Amino acid sequence: MKAPHAQRPVVQRIRVKYAKRGRLRFTSHRDFSRALERAVRRSRIPIAYSSGFTPHPRISYAGASPTGVASEAEYLEMALQDRVDLAEVLIKLDEALPIGLDVIEIVEATTSEFAATLEASEWHFSISAPAEIADQIPGAIATFLAADEVMVERMSKNGLRRFDVRSAVLSLAEQAPPEVPEVTDGNSTTMGERALRSAILEAVIRHGSPSVRPDDLLAALRIEGLASRAIVTRLAQGPFDERAGAVTDPFGPDRK
Amino acid sequence: MPSVWSDLEPLLLQVSKPIQYVGGELNSTVKDWDSAEVRWVLMYPDAYEVGLPNQGVMILYEVLNEVEGVLAERSYAIWPDLEKLMRENDIPQFTLDSHRSVRDFDLFGISFATELGYTNMLSALHLGGIPLFAADRTLDDPIVVAGGHAAFNPEPISDFIDIAVLGDGEEAVLRMSEIVREWKREGRPGGRDEVLLRLARSGGCYVPRFYDVEYFEDGRIKRVFPNRSDVPYRVAKHTVMDLDKWPYPKQPLVPLAETVHERMSVEIFRGCTRGCRFCQAGMITRPVRERSITGIAAMVEQGLCATGYEEVGLLSLSSADHSEIGEIAKGLADRYEGENVGLSLPSTRVDAFNVDLANELTRNGRRSGLTFAPEGGSERIRQVINKMVTEEDLIRTVTTAYANGWRQVKLYFMCGLPTETDEDVMQIATMTKRAIDAGRSATGGNDVRCTISIGAFVPKPHTPFQWAAQESPDVVDHRLKMLRDAIQGDRKYAKAIGYRYHDGKPSAIEGLLSRGDRRVGAVILRAWESGQRFDGWSEHFSYDRWVAAVVEIFEGSPLSLEWFTTRERELSEALPWDHLDSGLDKEWLWSDWQEALAGGEVDDCRWTPCFDCGVCPTMDTEIQVGPTGRTIPLLVNR
Ligand code: SF4
Repeated sequence: MKAPHAQRPVVQRIRVKYAKRGRLRFTSHRDFSRALERAVRRSRIPIAYSSGFTPHPRISYAGASPTGVASEAEYLEMALQDRVDLAEVLIKLDEALPIGLDVIEIVEATTSEFAATLEASEWHFSISAPAEIADQIPGAIATFLAADEVMVERMSKNGLRRFDVRSAVLSLAEQAPPEVPEVTDGNSTTMGERALRSAILEAVIRHGSPSVRPDDLLAALRIEGLASRAIVTRLAQGPFDERAGAVTDPFGPDRK
Repeated sequence: MPSVWSDLEPLLLQVSKPIQYVGGELNSTVKDWDSAEVRWVLMYPDAYEVGLPNQGVMILYEVLNEVEGVLAERSYAIWPDLEKLMRENDIPQFTLDSHRSVRDFDLFGISFATELGYTNMLSALHLGGIPLFAADRTLDDPIVVAGGHAAFNPEPISDFIDIAVLGDGEEAVLRMSEIVREWKREGRPGGRDEVLLRLARSGGCYVPRFYDVEYFEDGRIKRVFPNRSDVPYRVAKHTVMDLDKWPYPKQPLVPLAETVHERMSVEIFRGCTRGCRFCQAGMITRPVRERSITGIAAMVEQGLCATGYEEVGLLSLSSADHSEIGEIAKGLADRYEGENVGLSLPSTRVDAFNVDLANELTRNGRRSGLTFAPEGGSERIRQVINKMVTEEDLIRTVTTAYANGWRQVKLYFMCGLPTETDEDVMQIATMTKRAIDAGRSATGGNDVRCTISIGAFVPKPHTPFQWAAQESPDVVDHRLKMLRDAIQGDRKYAKAIGYRYHDGKPSAIEGLLSRGDRRVGAVILRAWESGQRFDGWSEHFSYDRWVAAVVEIFEGSPLSLEWFTTRERELSEALPWDHLDSGLDKEWLWSDWQEALAGGEVDDCRWTPCFDCGVCPTMDTEIQVGPTGRTIPLLVNR
């Protein structure tokens, strides 16, 4: 048996911003990383490999969104063994990924510890629910914001965990719903022919431990039947600007 | 309601692995619905993770979608968690490509690799709103077509299917599409009956309703005969010749979800004439037809570019038997040197050449495990099954593997083979211990490991063992336990030998479904009604539920589970699949069965003269093997 190949050194590191859209929001993080590795091979990006008998492509992920949640702002970093043209890689990689997993921007990494700069996320909740559910939302938001602590429970790998949601939520508000005609839930036999109301919520949640996920926030609103009625999208993640009260662009330092 | 997606989507957050229901895989195709004249849904009746990598479905999906005016979409079995929610919300069985109800299609093809998909077919039909009984279907329902190896005896599901197609599907589905297209263009004259008749008369489609079966009072079949004019007495299998003309899949599907095979596959030949008497796959896919070395190399390269997979499996029933396998292995290993592309060869041949091949394919990678399949424990039983491997061969091969750096060897065996005794099975323990000893002395170390994997033998139609008595689950389980004790009770080897086994009960049900006749259909329906699903999954399979169904349905008749499984058949008995023609001459199969009992061997017709199994003259086929003398060029300009 021969020794494994010595791998070539890393000459460039790039950071990729990508989106998880539509049906492909059901992609789990494991699913995504397999799809990405294949796309990298298909598009012949000169990815660097770890050494050893089972070399792994050198890709690191930061703050991946949960399965079922769409995202306009996911991030990863790749180490390359040849320098590349960023615009060309963006096109090739995007073409090699299934539609719905879309590459938005690529920058060359000039800083380290990228994951640590992702301090908070901005979340968008698009809710379509019967009026008796949707009508509870304004009151529930007010109650939530007025509280010092709102505990929720979630099953984790280590069993049921109980933690506070309130302290991680930096902002939460209902937006004016878009102008759409009323739809009826014609297919549901259990719900009957009841009118559905739309509601849009936006929230900024700080990353941390325990990590508070968007479904934890929905649970903290304590409205029965709300969670399965919401399509959740991450709009942004990055450093949190306390003064502006907003999530800012994590590629800022790399662009300078 | 063309797409069910908007109703399905809210349910997906509540089920496990929702990604398996969303479609959108790389290289999947959604053709325009309205401009298609003939629409197929192709289903693999097991979970997505097993069904998606299935080569048969993938090939037909692509072959059909390449045809103007024909479209094909895919569907897979739905896990009980989502099935329940779909029933509550009136959502039908859907396709993954455009999320349409399976009932919207003209043809509903289901690929049965094994009989264990039958209950899942009933779930899919029922969820799809399609009448379970073919006789109850209307012009608005699809034509339900069974294919795959189990379709060589479709009698147990003959009430539920409209058609069974035997053998290679590529040309068959194209011909069927044309017949259906023609009939639709004419304005569907004569309704469902007419299109089925046209398909039956084309010669390549078995339509069970056009055949009647009469029985003797003791339960045996008296005769099977057509009840319509011009339909063939025996329906023959299809055989695709010249595999280089069929380089499918060209664009293998790449799922987002994790599946059982995280690699792409290239089929390097079809058929096998080694003549293992238990092997239905080998018997019904004759003769051997090789893809050429250059055809294989082109498919590997195209597939890698189209998928981005990092592993390629060179698939066939016995891949080391390709006439140019040495050149293929070396050529591909040279071509992809330094590209982190893994090559694997599912071959379990017990010889040193096989180890050389595995060495070549892993020359840059890790040597984890090698698998060999002696199948039978003693030399005597290996003669019965025509697996000509001596114990010395096996020990030598395993030792070579250990000496070449392979630390883990897996050995496949079967239990309950015809004429088998306790001693034949106990010989597995003796032989494996010898192999470990030899490995320890060859490597001078103690870290060699061997895993024994053993399951119960099920006699299959169209094999020399189609007449044999299946061993009862009690005897199988007793022998499996004796073997386990012999291995685990020996301190010197207990850590070095792993033991994996499948108990005998599921095999008894598989035996019922494999060699059953039309009267077994009621049992399948009853078992499904009482909740049976996903028979291939031990956590879902219930032997007791099946036995209850058998007892209820066969009460007061001469039939029973034992009647179909542990009863040996006579030459004179009409078998349920006699009117389905695999090309194998029944006389030849019988003489081979007699040979088996006498311990006689048969050679391989690839390197010895034809032994007249009947296939080639009946099916007008011939052996297609190399060598071509060609080589695999290195790739330049990449
Ligand atoms: S007919 Fe002869 S050549 Fe053809 S598969 Fe049978 S034994 Fe081989």
